[in-house]
Amino acid sequence: MTENATMTDSATRMLMGDEAVALGAAHAGITAAYAYPGTPSTEILECLDALAKSPAGGPKAFWCANEKTAYEAALGLSMAGKRALVSMKHVGLNVAADPFMNSAVVQPIGGLVVAVADDPGMHSSQNEQDSRYYADFARIPCLEPADPQEAYDMVRDAYDISEAFRIPVMVRLVTRLAHQRSGVTLCPAQQQNDAPVSPDRDDWVLLPSHAKKLWKRRLLDAPELKRWAEESKYNTLTLNQEFREVGIITTGIAKHYFLEITSEIGLSPSHLHIGAYPMPMDKIRELAAHCAEIIVIEEGYPHIERMLRGIIPSAITIHGRMDGTIPEDGEMTQDLVRRALGIPVSEGVKLSSLELPGRPPRLCEGCPHTDAYDALRIALDGAENPIVMSDIGCYTLGILPPHNVGDSCVCMGASIGMAKGAADAGVHPSIAIIGDSTFLHSGVTPLMDAVAADANMVLLILDNQTTAMTGTQPTLLPSERIHELILGLGVAPEHCHKFEVHPRKVAELADLFRREIAHPGLSVVIAHRVCVEAARRNKK
Amino acid sequence: MKCDIIAAGVGGQGVLSISAIIAASALHAGLHAVQSEVHGMSQRGGAVVAHLRISDEPIHSATVGLGRADLVISMEPLESLRYLEYLAPNGTIVTSIEPVKNFDGYPEIETILAEVKSIPGSILIDATKLAREAGNAKAANVIMVGAASHYLPIGTEHILAFVEETFRAKSEKLVEVNLKAFALGREQVKVGELAGIEA
Repeated sequence: MTENATMTDSATRMLMGDEAVALGAAHAGITAAYAYPGTPSTEILECLDALAKSPAGGPKAFWCANEKTAYEAALGLSMAGKRALVSMKHVGLNVAADPFMNSAVVQPIGGLVVAVADDPGMHSSQNEQDSRYYADFARIPCLEPADPQEAYDMVRDAYDISEAFRIPVMVRLVTRLAHQRSGVTLCPAQQQNDAPVSPDRDDWVLLPSHAKKLWKRRLLDAPELKRWAEESKYNTLTLNQEFREVGIITTGIAKHYFLEITSEIGLSPSHLHIGAYPMPMDKIRELAAHCAEIIVIEEGYPHIERMLRGIIPSAITIHGRMDGTIPEDGEMTQDLVRRALGIPVSEGVKLSSLELPGRPPRLCEGCPHTDAYDALRIALDGAENPIVMSDIGCYTLGILPPHNVGDSCVCMGASIGMAKGAADAGVHPSIAIIGDSTFLHSGVTPLMDAVAADANMVLLILDNQTTAMTGTQPTLLPSERIHELILGLGVAPEHCHKFEVHPRKVAELADLFRREIAHPGLSVVIAHRVCVEAARRNKK
Repeated sequence: MKCDIIAAGVGGQGVLSISAIIAASALHAGLHAVQSEVHGMSQRGGAVVAHLRISDEPIHSATVGLGRADLVISMEPLESLRYLEYLAPNGTIVTSIEPVKNFDGYPEIETILAEVKSIPGSILIDATKLAREAGNAKAANVIMVGAASHYLPIGTEHILAFVEETFRAKSEKLVEVNLKAFALGREQVKVGELAGIEA
């Protein structure tokens, strides 16, 4: 987080996309922001947290147990009439999907904005799902900024739209926007909404009888929302009467990849840019009536393109990710747009002979997880058919050499449920590995299942007392209380151990693992020592 | 005028700071700057890269096109070769010569340096040694900014002003070390000739 980001004067400064979102929300007068860290969205709340702690002060900023709890707090704030921001990475919205979908049925009062950062190209994620589908699914408006300045402007507008339509608004970011820095000009900050209001319970109690009425109301409002999108300044259509062969549709950040190369085309094709959804269908029809072919350039899934193609053949030829004009997976680049438009791509310099080795990320020197992995490897040596379910965090890196520990990594908290499933199938030893923050995020409920069945498995909690991978954000419970929580769930105290890991105690920990693997039921080992990065940060 | 830059290195070496210092200096000089970086997993001792584009006109794409980078600035010699597909035929590599061998199978350093030298105009800098000379090994990235400054479309006064502003918040001593580091780095390079030191 740059120190610049706490300023509020109107000068232009270099801001990261995430910081622009944070300041947009702060300057729209939010009362609080909620998040669980996740790349590439983390810096949104980090920026607001720094702002709250700065001498000038700012809205409240809360790290939450997970994206669902974050979303629910934001929803409550909105119900009380205040503006709320909730931010997360794309897969975090899967965790928050329940409150998200239902927040589209209730009637928000204070503006409710959900900033979701997708990760096309999977720089730091397990998939590249496109959050625009979620906005479409919930039938809520979505704004897709093209650059940090637009992110700042759109977030401020999103609050007005949310309050005007009494609907949550999504702001969809992608990695190359979230982690892009460019000049942003700020506006004066707005005041927070007035004192809390008394909401009408009919708008908030989703009993079937209410929900039916509320949903009907949403559907009746849909044409109004559609009109808003058609007229939005973020959806711009430029028609070229002289050239009718090809038209271009861009969305969000893809606009800039197209504008980058327009000088190389030699023609200026008609261009529809979409930054506000629901998709502006009239504008799309207007472009289509004007061109023989359309090339769709969007960052993410072929969301618009799939709609355009439909099922029945159309008179217009459509090019995009679905016909291979642009690859269906991975990030958009200026060179992919060049190829799509038949413009030559420059070649870089080639290595003469050297085969360049990769340099994958790895656990830090002195990382406490290393000792736990060494011990587990010793304990599993000679086991016939072991399975080790790993999870999401720094310790995922233990799957790579030199540790080579872990057979799966699927989603937050999955290690525990999957280890129980494998144990149910008769796999032994069945091990789950999860970090303290991931355990608190999504591991407690599957552990209840394991306790209820006394599953024959060992749960290894790697407790480094921080959310390390995303930059050492604080966890919500200290080590001591994680131990108490697990005992409270009903894990037998003689099979629930707290062990302070140390390079000199690897053999001792391996012995403990062996004993607990031999125990025909559920065991939990909390291997704890503070993260080296967090320790360094704490010293500062 | 445009200047497309790739800043490369290993997580923890201050690669993103190199990019941030140059970008802010460009803004200070009244130019447009757009920077793209990737955080998270890759920062854990893995390869790190930032794209930085500077121009006197508004900039669109935040990432550099293939074969279009005017400059690769690298904190590590092996990493200086990782993004060659972005380097323009007449582009320049400015790299530190100190290897970071944090994985098995690191090639012979002589092979790497020979490969770098085979690219016309490449500049090799012993940034770690120079940073110690400046008073702090951590200033190696500012040494690299100094060495690369000859190729930047930004007056040194703008870079110096920003280095000063950045480190003033920390301590006077760090301001002094980093200003010295910039000067030492800059002195290493005489544009137009291969002025790197032999490893």
